[in-house]
Amino acid sequence: MADLKRRTLDWLNERLGGEGIEEFLRHKRVPLHRHTIWYYFGGIALFLFVIQVLTGILLLMYYRPTASGAFESVQFIMTQVKFGWLIRSIHSWSANLMIFIIFVHMFSVFFMKAYRKPRELTWVSGMLLFFLVLAFGFSGYLLPWNTLAFFATKVGTDMAGFVPIFGKWIMVFLRGGNQVTGATLTRFFGFHVAVLPGIATMLIAFHLLLVQKLGMSVPPGVERKIKAGVEPERSMPFFPNFLLRDILGWYGALGALGALAAIFPWELGTKANPFGSAPAGIHPEWYFLFMFQTLKYLPSKVFFIDGELLGLMLFGVAGAIWVVVPFLDYKAGGFGRVTRFFTGLGIFALGYIIVFSCLALL
Amino acid sequence: MKRSITSSSWIIGCAIGVAIVFCGPSVASAAPAKDSCVACHSQLPDEYSKPAKLYPGDIHHRAGLSCADCHGGDRNDDSMNAMSPAKGFRGAPTKAQIPAFCGRCHSNPAYMRKFNPSLRTDQETEYFTSVHGKKLKQGDAKVAVCVDCHSVHDILAPSDPRAPVYPTHVAETCARCHADANYMKGYNIPTNQYALYEKSVHAAAMEGGDTSAPTCSTCHGNHGATPPGLNSVANVCGTCHVMNQELFEKSPHGPIFAKMGLPGCVQCHSNHEILAPRDSWVGTGPKAICVTCHVAGDNGYKAAKEISNGFDKLKSTYQKADTVLNTAEKSGMEVSNARVEMTNAHSDLIKARVAVHSFNAADVLKITNEGVATSQKAYEAGVAALHERDYRRKGLALALIAIVIAISGLYFKIRKMERG
Repeated sequence: MADLKRRTLDWLNERLGGEGIEEFLRHKRVPLHRHTIWYYFGGIALFLFVIQVLTGILLLMYYRPTASGAFESVQFIMTQVKFGWLIRSIHSWSANLMIFIIFVHMFSVFFMKAYRKPRELTWVSGMLLFFLVLAFGFSGYLLPWNTLAFFATKVGTDMAGFVPIFGKWIMVFLRGGNQVTGATLTRFFGFHVAVLPGIATMLIAFHLLLVQKLGMSVPPGVERKIKAGVEPERSMPFFPNFLLRDILGWYGALGALGALAAIFPWELGTKANPFGSAPAGIHPEWYFLFMFQTLKYLPSKVFFIDGELLGLMLFGVAGAIWVVVPFLDYKAGGFGRVTRFFTGLGIFALGYIIVFSCLALL
Repeated sequence: MKRSITSSSWIIGCAIGVAIVFCGPSVASAAPAKDSCVACHSQLPDEYSKPAKLYPGDIHHRAGLSCADCHGGDRNDDSMNAMSPAKGFRGAPTKAQIPAFCGRCHSNPAYMRKFNPSLRTDQETEYFTSVHGKKLKQGDAKVAVCVDCHSVHDILAPSDPRAPVYPTHVAETCARCHADANYMKGYNIPTNQYALYEKSVHAAAMEGGDTSAPTCSTCHGNHGATPPGLNSVANVCGTCHVMNQELFEKSPHGPIFAKMGLPGCVQCHSNHEILAPRDSWVGTGPKAICVTCHVAGDNGYKAAKEISNGFDKLKSTYQKADTVLNTAEKSGMEVSNARVEMTNAHSDLIKARVAVHSFNAADVLKITNEGVATSQKAYEAGVAALHERDYRRKGLALALIAIVIAISGLYFKIRKMERG
């Protein structure tokens, strides 16, 4: 048996040149310190993305992206298709869990200053992936064509209309017309299953390539202690030690997904009625709540600027600053005022997101 | 209230002559700029200036009509001559003159067309067919005339929610006289109609904002207000409850009630105190109305019992299905198709309640049995959903056990590997 395994590996190595990978895996090491646990969140996010792709493909076999058939097809998946309820519930829960894990991953990277030289591009590609995941969430939310999704999309795309100069054009482009209709649904479906996955796959590949090439970043505090000889430099092999721990986390995520899907199957709601009135207390998905709540607090006019426009501009600027943080926090490895300012900014951003999301839920 | 408005309007009208000598500047008005009536009256003490103060809110004012258009006289003349009969001054009408006073314009189709072509012009004619109109002709000055219901000098369109004849205020307006036992003394009619109506399902619907719900004028008429006769009661109710009326007329009760002089619908549902019907009214139980006429052993008694049993069966099956579906929904199960079935079963219950008016047990049971079958189907769907939920939870338990075993295996492998 062992001989057969060795011969098969030899056969494959001869044709695919697997020695390089084997060599890479043998030598790749992951730093070991008190913050190592945060390294696992990237892997869990990747695992959930794979779950998304697999369950998404299965859903595609029954889903119909038309205003007259979308809701009914999801209803059919939930009630008639064998394990359809499980696939759809896992797809929805996994999407939300993935966004949550990405938030954790992003803030852990931020506070560990893992974006500092030479990992600036890893951070930028990660941020682009984060925006992409939000776009996945926004486009996927409409697909069941239920009342809540319909009106949330209406409000969300209305927001796009506030962008100066190109706002109207962006809104019409997103909606496929002036209103949210079946054309919007078909368009969002196209974004959700073709455009976004294509871009995401390329970005994930680039992000992973950078992570493998540059290795895991050691937080500046730990790095200083190692240099000072206060703390020993420890590491573990990526394969199999780190990978097995990663898999352990994946199993945990799978268990959580299964439990959520079985105990709290994802609701379907009622079919969207474009001529109906918006339900009371309508709000977007939880990851957009902090922005939604901010816009609610803004007055309709601040000086001569529309409140919504001002809110969007502020979030746009904040997002842009967040993306280029590695280039602004140029002393991220040190003790300077600049780097302390950015740590403070991160704490403020995290607090703001938590507080405003909670306020929106109250 | 009604009486004070009427009498004060006369007093005010009579006082115009005295008032003219105290002429002053005019109050704001959309009517033509020069109006000596308003100019003088607005300067008088409260009682005499009231018409001038109220009038800017009046529908006639908004139509561009001035005091002189109703009362005659010359609004351009600041002297007492403005009120001379030579200038067409008619003064304030007596109560008996009021219908004709309003009818001068409102009964003239050619004139009314200029303001509102769709407005009826037969109110005056119709009024004199009413009990009010007939009594007025006989010299009874206590009966209601136009201004008693529509008010005076601050008249609003009936479609204006502030108007006393807007559907939500009609009952109160009628009750001003009809609920006043002292005022109604001598007419020999009850004065509790308003109190009874207030308890009715119709009043509740009106209070709930349904302005199409019946109020006094819906059954009695407005300008031609008269109590419906025994034979026309079913027709009055049937204007809204069409199916019920049709079934009742074709039922064995229809001709028998007519022969016995019983007032159709009212016999079971009462007239003013029309309560929300209860299923317990049908059958042979202590609250059943059927047993007020039918006795054990007769066909009606048997039919009542069968219909009641049909209702009970449908309601209990429906309730059972609803409970199971609620549990399934709370568990996150998708049972919307079964919920559609439940709306059909509920429609069957409503249809059966209407079909009761045929007093034919077979017809009613046909509908209730359909409802029972539909409810049963929904119940089975609910039970299947609960089985599915249990199956999922068992599956989850097995999957979690497998995951825990895998995690434990990995954990021990890592520990063994790293210790080794």
